Amino acid sequence: MANYNLKINGADHSVDVAPDTPILWVLRDHVNLVGTKYGCGIAQCGACTVHLDGVAIRSCNVPISTVGNKSITTIEGLSEKGDHPVQKAWLEHDVPQCGYCQAGQIMNAAALLKDNPNPYDDDIENSMQGNICRCGTYTRIKAAIKTAASM
Amino acid sequence: MAIIKTTYNRRSFLKASAMSGGGMVLGFSWMASCKPTAEQVLQMPEEWFNINAFLKIGDNGIVTIMSPNPEIGQNVKTSMPMIVAEELDVNWDHVIVEQAGLDTDKYKRQIAGGSQSIRAGWESLRMAGATARRMLLEAAAKQWEVPVNELTTSEGVISHTETGQSIGYGEVATAASSMEVPEEVELKDPKDFKIIGTSRKNVDALKIATGEPLFGLDIQRDGMLIAMIEHPPAFGMKFKSMNDDVVKSMPGIKDVTTINLNPEGVEKQWSDVNAFDELVVIVGNTTWEVMKAKKALQIDWEMDTTLENSDDHDQNLAELLASTGNDPGRQDGTPDAAFKNAAKVIERTFSAPFLAHNTMEPMNFFADVKEDKAELVGPIQTPEFLRKTAAAICGLPEEKVSIMMTRMGGGFGRRLYGNFGVEATLISQKIKAPVKLVYSREDDMTQGTYRPAYKVTYKAGLDENNNLIVWSVKGAGVHGGPVFNDRFPAGTVDHFMAENLSLDSNISTGAWRAPRSNFIAYAEQSFMDEVAEAAGKDPIDFRMSLFDRAINNPVGEKNDYEAERYAGVLKLVKEKANWGTDTPGVYRGVSAYYCHNSYVAQVVDVVMENSQPRVKKVTCAVDCGIVINPDAALNQIEGGIVDGIGHAMYGAMTFRDGVPEQRNFDRYRLIRQKETPLEIETHFVDNGIDPTGLGEPSLPPIQSALANALYKATGERIYDQPFVNSKKVLG
Repeated sequence: MANYNLKINGADHSVDVAPDTPILWVLRDHVNLVGTKYGCGIAQCGACTVHLDGVAIRSCNVPISTVGNKSITTIEGLSEKGDHPVQKAWLEHDVPQCGYCQAGQIMNAAALLKDNPNPYDDDIENSMQGNICRCGTYTRIKAAIKTAASM
Repeated sequence: MAIIKTTYNRRSFLKASAMSGGGMVLGFSWMASCKPTAEQVLQMPEEWFNINAFLKIGDNGIVTIMSPNPEIGQNVKTSMPMIVAEELDVNWDHVIVEQAGLDTDKYKRQIAGGSQSIRAGWESLRMAGATARRMLLEAAAKQWEVPVNELTTSEGVISHTETGQSIGYGEVATAASSMEVPEEVELKDPKDFKIIGTSRKNVDALKIATGEPLFGLDIQRDGMLIAMIEHPPAFGMKFKSMNDDVVKSMPGIKDVTTINLNPEGVEKQWSDVNAFDELVVIVGNTTWEVMKAKKALQIDWEMDTTLENSDDHDQNLAELLASTGNDPGRQDGTPDAAFKNAAKVIERTFSAPFLAHNTMEPMNFFADVKEDKAELVGPIQTPEFLRKTAAAICGLPEEKVSIMMTRMGGGFGRRLYGNFGVEATLISQKIKAPVKLVYSREDDMTQGTYRPAYKVTYKAGLDENNNLIVWSVKGAGVHGGPVFNDRFPAGTVDHFMAENLSLDSNISTGAWRAPRSNFIAYAEQSFMDEVAEAAGKDPIDFRMSLFDRAINNPVGEKNDYEAERYAGVLKLVKEKANWGTDTPGVYRGVSAYYCHNSYVAQVVDVVMENSQPRVKKVTCAVDCGIVINPDAALNQIEGGIVDGIGHAMYGAMTFRDGVPEQRNFDRYRLIRQKETPLEIETHFVDNGIDPTGLGEPSLPPIQSALANALYKATGERIYDQPFVNSKKVLG
């Protein structure tokens, strides 16, 4: 076990966990931020996507020991009132069905638009290829990203 | 307007106030997971009045409507309350929706399955709203001393035109709650619907988009431990022994033990499907600690029955299809003689592998079993049946076992089978602590309950004028065949035969989105396309001529479809897709299917990009009767189409020596953004018929529409799923 001082959604958190504990499980089991989802544990589905210093990462296979001073942003901290353009676009297009993968989709989309504010369809498809939606809401996800880009 | 007796499950309309006398004032507590927004807090009433099991009205007119059925992504948590709100006649913006827990006294059929929530709930939901509205009207009539039939309502306000009086629901709610439940109520004429048929946003959308805890896996409780299971690595193996010395001393680990899923004296429900009787359980403080211990644990397994291979399944199913002397499920005319007389006979065999459900939220459940009661919380499509088994395990009466359904991170049929809830119950009982059972993705994908592997042989005979005179279908599947005896084209051909055969296996199977239809529609409608081609006819015209026969002069009486509605969706899709207009480089396929009481026809447009097929557009026509929430209905249709394309193209669960060869999404390919149709255009038939299924019917036909389009693109028919195994499709 080791102590880590983390910056999560702008707040300081101190956790005492094994160094190999993935960010995902620190968030879910130690910081009570359960919006970030477990889907596969091997970075294949994108449900666990968070931002590490603004970059989208798969939190299920990044050990907490590698975070250092970087700040973590989760779905709970993407915006104060759920009004990030991507979140607003998600509501406008009523994207979710079961909703389980959507936090990861939204976080990945938000990182895409930060890097590439006006993505082409190909850019969206390439960037979102790592996020599985088992319900098949992909057409709405793509449409919502375009709407968010136009906000 | 229709008058309807309120006899349906009358207990649900009895007032809570009957117990306490007078208008019962309820303290209102938000579910832990259900934080009100600041705006809602400002609007919160000071008192709530229970009108019936489905709704309560606040003193300020805010209405809480209970959603009785489990929410699995089919959006019933929005659409079921919409139906109540419609008949109650309130402003949807003044409605708060709450998920009901399992309560078989108050609600009927709290199941998410068979695409039946809306169809089965339609009448009782309307009645719940209409009954409450009537009681509010009577309370107002009494207060104003005017005849109740002179009163009208609009958006939560009661008016009396003659005297010019009006009053909000909230102001008469207390009086209404002590009114007699009417013997019969008026239901609205569908043409007067103001909420049904208008698009309303998913009531959980903001919570989903902001990551609030909604799912079973998100449950946190004081003193709660985390449990994970380890099941045998192969079907046909069982637990022998383990060395848990090291693991028991690992950080955070509380216990390592086993559970028996078939305890003596516990009657099995249909929903209790277990491939393995005994599981190893690891219990600890946190998920990661338990995951590490699970990995480190040394377990010896031993042979139990046999170790099966996918090649064996394929061969055994083929042998079943070659077997003779089976009783047909249906026979019209004399098929054997007709085949002999036919000018042209076409015979083709189709196959598909096992599929895993792969819900994005892996199986999980919370259980807290105590001496005198048990609390279960989690994602379950069939809470009523889970409770029966859990109560028997705990030795408690059912009323001492509570089940709260959480929003489900997908189901697709997997959560009809609540073995994970039973396991959580057994674990909590054994370790005497509240526990959340969590499956890893690998546990989830390799524990069974799969869509069965199937094989089917179709045979059709045409006469010299290329008319279809005989059709036979013989299907075989693991734990049950895929054939529906009385579905199309039964009823359209003079000579017809349907046979269904079952192969036993130690690999467990279960319903998977649109059970059986998810395979047989692909085979039937692909074969139909080939038969139409052999007859030299346009595939839509060919089907239409069969429907004409079924409309005008059907063969047999037990035909499980309405030919007019079937033909109706084909006609609609033909028109909307401009069928018959060829675009260079665009390859089209068509298909139609009926299941879950609804009719769907689809046209798929495929283009080839770098020798790879891409679905450019899907045009879809749906007849599911009245559409409650149009945009959400579109979402369901789109999802079924994407799901169907994905699994037809890539889905496969295979076995070697009983071991599942796919354990996670690195080996089990699911459809992703780049393989999704660029456009899906859906049209609903507007016929005012009572609503039917929507969650499943768009999936079955899309696979054959795609196969038929791929044939046009590549010149090769596809007889086996997944399509990606076909060299031509792979490029």
